[in-house]
Amino acid sequence: MDTLAILLPIAFALAMISVFMGLCSYSVLAERKVSSWIQGRVGPNRTRLPLIGHIPILGNLLTGLGIFQPAADGLKFLFKEEITPGHVNKFYYYLAPIVALAPALTTMVVLPFGRYVDPNGVVQPLVLANIEIGMLFILGISSLGVYGIVLAGWSSNSKYPFLGAIRSSAQMISYELAMGLAILPVFMWSAAPGSEHGMSLFGVIEAQETVWLALWQPLSALIFLVAVFAETNRLPFDMAESETDLVGGFHTEYGCFKFGLFFVAEYAHVIMGSALFVCLFLGGWNFLPGLANPWGDGLFGTVLSVVWFMSKVFFMIFFFIWVRWTLPRFRYDQVMSLGWKILLPLAIANLVFNTLLIALIDTINA
Amino acid sequence: MATTKEISIGDVGSRAGEFETELQGDTMALNVGPSHPTTHGVLRLMMELDGDVVKKCEPVLGYLHRGDEKIAESMTYNQFVPYTDRLDYLAPLANNVAYAMAVEKLANLEVPERCQAIRVLCCELARISSHLLGVGVYGMDAGAWTVFMFTFTEREKLYTLFEELTGARFTTSYTRIGGVARDIPDGWLGRVLEFCKGVLPVLDQVDKLLTRNRIFMDRTVGIGAISKEDAIAYGMTGPNLRACGVDLDLRKDKPYLGYEKYDFDVPIGVNGDCYDRYLMRAEEIRQSVRIIRQCIDQLPEGSYYAEDAKKIFAPQKAKVLTSMEELIQNFMIVTEGPQVPAGEVYFEAENPKGALGFFVVSKGGGVPYRLKIRGPSFCNLSILDKLIPGHYLTDITVILGSLDFVMGECDR
Repeated sequence: MDTLAILLPIAFALAMISVFMGLCSYSVLAERKVSSWIQGRVGPNRTRLPLIGHIPILGNLLTGLGIFQPAADGLKFLFKEEITPGHVNKFYYYLAPIVALAPALTTMVVLPFGRYVDPNGVVQPLVLANIEIGMLFILGISSLGVYGIVLAGWSSNSKYPFLGAIRSSAQMISYELAMGLAILPVFMWSAAPGSEHGMSLFGVIEAQETVWLALWQPLSALIFLVAVFAETNRLPFDMAESETDLVGGFHTEYGCFKFGLFFVAEYAHVIMGSALFVCLFLGGWNFLPGLANPWGDGLFGTVLSVVWFMSKVFFMIFFFIWVRWTLPRFRYDQVMSLGWKILLPLAIANLVFNTLLIALIDTINA
Repeated sequence: MATTKEISIGDVGSRAGEFETELQGDTMALNVGPSHPTTHGVLRLMMELDGDVVKKCEPVLGYLHRGDEKIAESMTYNQFVPYTDRLDYLAPLANNVAYAMAVEKLANLEVPERCQAIRVLCCELARISSHLLGVGVYGMDAGAWTVFMFTFTEREKLYTLFEELTGARFTTSYTRIGGVARDIPDGWLGRVLEFCKGVLPVLDQVDKLLTRNRIFMDRTVGIGAISKEDAIAYGMTGPNLRACGVDLDLRKDKPYLGYEKYDFDVPIGVNGDCYDRYLMRAEEIRQSVRIIRQCIDQLPEGSYYAEDAKKIFAPQKAKVLTSMEELIQNFMIVTEGPQVPAGEVYFEAENPKGALGFFVVSKGGGVPYRLKIRGPSFCNLSILDKLIPGHYLTDITVILGSLDFVMGECDR
């Protein structure tokens, strides 16, 4: 019994990491496919696996969709010659990609992605660790991701990565403020007064059973969304890469699998950002606003809730990609002024307004 | 060795002044190019950065120098046509035309109306081709990749048209002194009209993606503004000059190739900033489409080369093989080159990038004594060291993109 209690979470964790990494590589594929769709191109459509790819109709279909492309990409990263430029600080140079990826993978520990009904008839979240400070944990850990970029830029000992690292660290630190302030109203509304589970993501999702918070707190949702774009270094804010002036930004000096890790980390952040947005504002696995959840109590209901949650996440990933291939890029100082002069005051005003509103409602009710 | 300076925080305002030079720190030297995504070729910028702000910028040219002007002195006039392809390689047809016109001016030769109309078609198609890339790459420089893909798709169709007309997609070498290499193929004009019909909706799409896009406007409005006086003083030409509010278009002011017959407008900018330069190019594509439509409407019949210039334009192949006189004529032109009288001439044409000028000195015979090329990109770039300082590093991308230069023409 004790061995099982230890082994089971490990097995779950391993399963989740593999699914998550799979998702990362397929979001790369999604990015390439969606961008080619937007731009009137075809996208990857030739990579073929020997056995599956040669099944008469299905094989061609899958090849055309580029289903095998992520495998080829990953293998390419693995088998490329490992080049370490002579002028780098080796220890931090190797450490940086790991530091970039690890926080993204760690945050998923507290991410609820489905629900089940336990034998006592209580609805429980499907999550590796249902801790009460889930959101705080995510905010704390994901902030560490910036170290990966800073270390990469600094240890590369080269000017372009250095500039990219400086820009991106300033940007990530400034947008974290707005992000944190934007989600406070969410928890103020979702948690009952004096509740001990105030910062639990499960609690937020449960609170959205009737109405999604994106509808109730559109301003918070908007600020959070913009901040997520900035935190993940996606296009309108991709100061860290900004390939037209900084060549490759912080990963200019990186090649092969080390670059692959940065690459995966970016998409891991995108997926985490999407999942967080779904949890906080799009009702998690809850069905449409105003409608009761049709998921049953059994295993089937659990699967349905996971599928519904994932489809929302996929939509958000699509949204990220869509924005990237539509908008031009901000300039670095514009990013900063947007963060400090617009988003932060807005978030504070939003917080104050909601606080007053809640206090007013409480006074009337009391 | 690193040294530490203690600064006690008392009266901050006055103390900051005392230590200002030390607090300021050093500037950073940054080398951009010759191989860098911003520079669209082999431009190199040596910059001094203070944080993210450029303090000094020194363009270094010459990485694509091929000695075209010297090469011209050792070959006949027609043999140099392929070299003109490689000047502004985004609009080779327009270069071919400008070069042929310069030599013809020296030879005092008037080409038939049909030839002129074909050349106008070529020039305007080349202008569309160049500006499509200019606008697309500019979008890409600002981070909007999709614009680039949209305009490049149209350019691809244009290349197919060029291939049908000249036999080559990229290096067209279409003109000869006294005419063009061959007449328009059957049905080609219809396909050009079809292309014109297709390019306008794409421009509208680009318009929707960029023109009123808040981010794009933030990036470009007021950035890299050039005053009228500066633009004239630095010898800028083309859309870059017109964006500053100077009404100068050689097609209107010194009409050649019968441009006076066509009804078109010349867009003029107001602020001379990056945004105006973008608007300029987008509008010029529309105007070029107008010219092409009129040109195709009233395309005259006749010969596509100057038939009476027997010492300049090689005769038809069929006649060469059957008739003695034409055989001799062909032999002389191939071996000696087109016979151009002694003298010197300067001719400039309104190319997509600006005024492309050829100064030809001839001592008679088929080979120029001296050929000087005025590349508009070179003059347009000369303002860089004045224009760039004070801007952010990221702005350089946009400024360079908006100047829309080609190093092939800059370095020659």
